[in-house]
Amino acid sequence: MNIHEYQAKGVLSKYGVAVPKGKVADNPAEAEAIAEEFGTAVVVKAQIHAGGRGKGGGVKFAKTPAEAREYAKQIIGMTLVTHQTGPQGKKVKRVLIEQAGKIKRELYLGMVIDRGMSRVVMMASTEGGMEIETVAAKTPEKILKEWVDPAVGLMPFQARKLAFGLGIPGELTGKTVKFMTGLYKAFVDTDCSLAEINPLVLTEDGDIVALDAKMNFDGNGLFRHKDIEAMRDLDEEDPTETEASRFGLSYISLDGTIGCMVNGAGLAMATMDMIKHCGGSPANFLDVGGGATAEQVTNAFRLILSDTKVKAILVNIFGGIMRCDIIAEGVVAAAKTLGLSVPLVVRLEGTNVEKGKEILAAAKLNIIPAADMGDAAKKVVLAAAGRTN
Amino acid sequence: MSIFINKDTKVLVQGITGSVGAFHTKQMLEYGTKIVGGVTPGKSGSKIEGVPVFNSVYDAVKATGANASVVYVPPGFAADAICEAFDAGLDIVICITEGIPILDMVKAKRFMEGKKTRLVGPNCPGVITPGECKIGIMPGYIHKPGTIGIVSKSGTLTYEAVHQVTTIGLGQSTCIGIGGDPINGTNFIDVLSAFQADSKTEAVIMIGEIGGTAEEEAAAFVKAKMTKPVVGFVAGLTAPKGKRMGHAGAIISGGKGTAAEKIEAFRAAGISVSETPSDMGKTLARRLGLKVN
Repeated sequence: MNIHEYQAKGVLSKYGVAVPKGKVADNPAEAEAIAEEFGTAVVVKAQIHAGGRGKGGGVKFAKTPAEAREYAKQIIGMTLVTHQTGPQGKKVKRVLIEQAGKIKRELYLGMVIDRGMSRVVMMASTEGGMEIETVAAKTPEKILKEWVDPAVGLMPFQARKLAFGLGIPGELTGKTVKFMTGLYKAFVDTDCSLAEINPLVLTEDGDIVALDAKMNFDGNGLFRHKDIEAMRDLDEEDPTETEASRFGLSYISLDGTIGCMVNGAGLAMATMDMIKHCGGSPANFLDVGGGATAEQVTNAFRLILSDTKVKAILVNIFGGIMRCDIIAEGVVAAAKTLGLSVPLVVRLEGTNVEKGKEILAAAKLNIIPAADMGDAAKKVVLAAAGRTN
Repeated sequence: MSIFINKDTKVLVQGITGSVGAFHTKQMLEYGTKIVGGVTPGKSGSKIEGVPVFNSVYDAVKATGANASVVYVPPGFAADAICEAFDAGLDIVICITEGIPILDMVKAKRFMEGKKTRLVGPNCPGVITPGECKIGIMPGYIHKPGTIGIVSKSGTLTYEAVHQVTTIGLGQSTCIGIGGDPINGTNFIDVLSAFQADSKTEAVIMIGEIGGTAEEEAAAFVKAKMTKPVVGFVAGLTAPKGKRMGHAGAIISGGKGTAAEKIEAFRAAGISVSETPSDMGKTLARRLGLKVN
């Protein structure tokens, strides 16, 4: 789960991570009032779940409160397109008004979980403002890393190593250690999966602050952080994916024409690959899980059918614990209640497969049976193209 | 022979009194697995499917001599259950639970350091040595004793491979789901090296998916250390970047972890790559010089 910059800064400041003074505004009048209250030049920053906002025109420097109002008016309600939003962009609902400081240096600081090491790793780089992936690809030697032992947490010496490695002046070491250990504490306390401070800035006034902040959270850890979960902004998420998660289904929208319903993530991905191999293109990834019920199958169908791009549906189930007869009943029930408007290819294998096939045949629906995955993919690609052979 | 588990493996079920634990206890018993005890804190003295329940793994081991456990404990408590099994000194712990917070696994991995127990999973279908011992949630009847070792990140894709191996007239030595989580216990290399050393295993099918670099590391191992033939498949060629495909670990992040890179690494290591998920059996047959219909 992602949150907005202003929310991330709110979380981080509770852990002693220095952030610029700022407040969020929902409208131009509020933006002006906040700038007035601060009494300094401010930065007006669009709040959407995407990076590259500055280049897209979503970040403006305002010398006066009147300017802050004017920029807020321009930004709130605009559809901001950045390299991370996709061409459709994202609508801006609010702006963050922050006190503008004089920047001396821009650095990068990030934390992720290193899968290979099974540890949290803190990464720092002198290339502030650049995407870390770009730095990693072009100049990997410019990324400094410290892996954290979860038994003791980020040690001050590790933070100092990073600070000196970045060339942060000695008199700022104390503030840097406080910043980094605070960031680590916030990361583990809130079940983060990624935290990025880009840029981390040294100011003319001798401070070290998070000019931008991004935090992603591990969905599996959210059950113990109701406060973080409350920050979820559904407007930033794909509505179908959100609805799917309510039913315990794992769904990702894609741009093809063949709707897929599969049990198991690996098989679901493999099914998409198979469709592509046969010349078609999948409209979605949908994993109904290992123990799906007839009701979940119905919900899955509803989601697939709600996508108007879908020209044919492929159900590919390898029933293990999930029995094929249960799936078949679910498919029949869904087809009858929802009204099947597109061709449906079904491939069943595994537990009670014969019973499952009988149920499908007896229902007298327009279902195209398939012998195996390859056969199923070929048939559904033809069906989506409006052909039978 | 087989790897990790066999007919003598004595198994505990952690989380046996939950609905999932109880259901699979019955399934495993029916398959012939020696389930000797269950663990649910506070439920000592009760029985599930005739299996005695204990308060702790330590108590259960003392009473039954168990050397393995399978974890069906809910996600919020599963990492703790894994650590408890390690502390009790079991040989192998197989964690089925999906959805364990990743930072819980970071801590658990730290706890596991220096201990002799093997963890398989989490978020996996389990391990089966056909005809001898089934630990997990896979449908037992699709398997057949034989000479092909199977290792995979995905459950249903493993079933698919098992089915295809059976279709070409072969069987399986041991099938292992290592799970789709970003941090897990046993990795591809652990399993490959065990298959290489196992006298019964003649060839291996390895099934990977997008995310991380485990497949690339496994390919390097195959090239350097394996003499037995290996057939591979990688799921997710069509997966979009930056989206988590069902499994917590199945994500292409920062352009890394794509299926194309992994397939390339497989090929470079001499692994016979199955072009599609429905050709795993045929690819294996070709590699082994068997006639394919």
